[in-house]
Amino acid sequence: MKRSRITECNDWFLERFPLTKLWNDHMAHYYAPKNFNFWYFFGSLALLVLVNQILTGIFLTMNYKPDAKLAFDSVEYIMRDVNWGWLIRYMHSTGSSAFFIVVYLHMFRGLLYGSFKHPRELIWIFGMLLFVALMAEAFMGYLLPWGQMSYWGAQVIISLFSAIPVIGDDLSLWLRGDYVVSDATLNRFFAFHVIAVPLALVMLVFLHIVALHEVGSNNPDGIEIKESKDPWGHPVDGIPFHPYYTVKDLVGVGVFLLFFATVIFYMPEMGGYFLEHANFIPADPMKTPEHIAPVWYFTPFYAILRAIPDKFAGVIGMGGAIVVLFLLPWLDRSPVKSIRYRGGIYKKALCLFVISFLALGYLGTQPATPVATGFARLFTTIYFGFFLLMPLYTRWEKTKPVPRRLTPVHSLEEQLPALIEEITVLKPASTEIGHTAFKGSSFSRQPNPEGIKNVISRLAKKAIGSLD
Amino acid sequence: MNNKGVDQSKRQFLTSALTVVGAVGTGYLAVPFLAQMQPSAKAMAAGAPVEVDISKMEAGQLIRVAWRGKPVWILNRTPQVLETLTTLDNELRDPLSQESIQPESSKNPARSIKPEIFVAVGLCTHLGCSPTFRPEIAPNDLGDKWKGGFFCPCHGSWFDLAGRVYRGVPAPTNLEIPPYRYITDTQLIIGESAEEASA
Repeated sequence: MKRSRITECNDWFLERFPLTKLWNDHMAHYYAPKNFNFWYFFGSLALLVLVNQILTGIFLTMNYKPDAKLAFDSVEYIMRDVNWGWLIRYMHSTGSSAFFIVVYLHMFRGLLYGSFKHPRELIWIFGMLLFVALMAEAFMGYLLPWGQMSYWGAQVIISLFSAIPVIGDDLSLWLRGDYVVSDATLNRFFAFHVIAVPLALVMLVFLHIVALHEVGSNNPDGIEIKESKDPWGHPVDGIPFHPYYTVKDLVGVGVFLLFFATVIFYMPEMGGYFLEHANFIPADPMKTPEHIAPVWYFTPFYAILRAIPDKFAGVIGMGGAIVVLFLLPWLDRSPVKSIRYRGGIYKKALCLFVISFLALGYLGTQPATPVATGFARLFTTIYFGFFLLMPLYTRWEKTKPVPRRLTPVHSLEEQLPALIEEITVLKPASTEIGHTAFKGSSFSRQPNPEGIKNVISRLAKKAIGSLD
Repeated sequence: MNNKGVDQSKRQFLTSALTVVGAVGTGYLAVPFLAQMQPSAKAMAAGAPVEVDISKMEAGQLIRVAWRGKPVWILNRTPQVLETLTTLDNELRDPLSQESIQPESSKNPARSIKPEIFVAVGLCTHLGCSPTFRPEIAPNDLGDKWKGGFFCPCHGSWFDLAGRVYRGVPAPTNLEIPPYRYITDTQLIIGESAEEASA
């Protein structure tokens, strides 16, 4: 049989590069648990946002000028005069907030299903390094528009380093490259923002995924699917990542882009949360704005800083809030991964933690009144309590037996008919006009108060029961 | 190949020696890269002293000048203000400026060479915001205890009109006083201390 030109080209290439092997190892023959739910969208979405940031960033640098005299005007130039410049900039600025939303949800997923636990500790560490790099990237990017908030935000954050004893002052001088935040600082932040940190981010993403594909993905049941294999050596509860999860993730991408585009086109400043109002005034080193607050994704940590009434201890508290996350795999002593089989104490603790994280995030955007500071101290205590008391309460925790195989997932389509049956009642249709739309059916569904009440009380009972 | 002829301890020594030499070389190579992030010669030169004419300042007036890119305040204090300053010691963290930064010539309760003319770097010692000048007494937003001073909007630190920090606020020390001296009675030079000039 004659071989076609294309096949020959193909073979020539594959003899020199293991494309098929790479594809199979990481996509077509990479077996992922079959019970991934909603929470498993955010990893691939984070990758999507990273690509968005890199692409839009490249085009922004074509018109941006990293010079204290020109930076603010060059951003306005991009917004007003560059063709589609406003769209590219809003994609980038909204992308940074979207990045943190997606990453926070991705990390919360880890807390829900114990994805940080043995044997995935290193994946968690790489992920935390990614989070730190992402924070550095966002912080340095925020200086570039050279608005009032850019300037004074950078001034405050760099001053944090000066709280370190002995070397602090020299360190912050070295970071700024000048006695105050100035052109030198802007120029080096630009260099870090466009090349150094993005390279680190891409390398860490690579490490994160290599480590993940070595041990395999966790899942909502927290069961190792590699422990039950079929005669061909594939996990019985696994399905190939491609096409099953590539297609599923595409649906996630579609929904995400719907929200993303809505923000870009209708509310790019998000009421001062994504782009702060004071940043539309050029940086003025002589005058601090009346109220300064970081962008929303830093506010939980900022609130912790302000809650502690001592400069050095405040900086330690802020740094400790991030360091303690690195230690999570060793703080959690429970033998069970997934929240589905963990005891009520962890569920309650996680609940408190989420509340305090959100509350700290809100308090960080508000002026530091005595009442707000009091609440910030309470929530800071809960934040650290969640982690530091974890070795104790996870040991006392009464866990449920974990099944050996994945539990069947009831899809919404299966449950929906029964649910509709319960909350509605079939009544003979009246012969009024308007009902002719139901062709031929002489019955119509009406809400059934009794059924709705039953469903709600059953859900409430289930929610309360699951906390034990 | 046979391994019998391999001197493992020599191989280990050579590997270690090469590692150490390589690490030292890398260390030396890192120096220029790290040092280039220090303030450049130009940034250091921009720290040159600034001359200020204070002959036209009215009582109670505050002017701002830029020195090393930082805001420097010059405040002409009234006799009433100077009197108020003497009554605040109990509410202050460091009334005698033992732990604060100032030239020797300004290490006194009014923190200045001439009592009425106050010179300070207008950056909070907490995290470097520029406090706002609030000379009024007991305004609504700051309450009855406010005797006039500088209020930092970022994290709520209080300073009196000699730049001395109150107790129970995040700022650790008094506002920094830059080195300065008088050329004539109405001419200040900021960035050169009185001690250096007389030496």
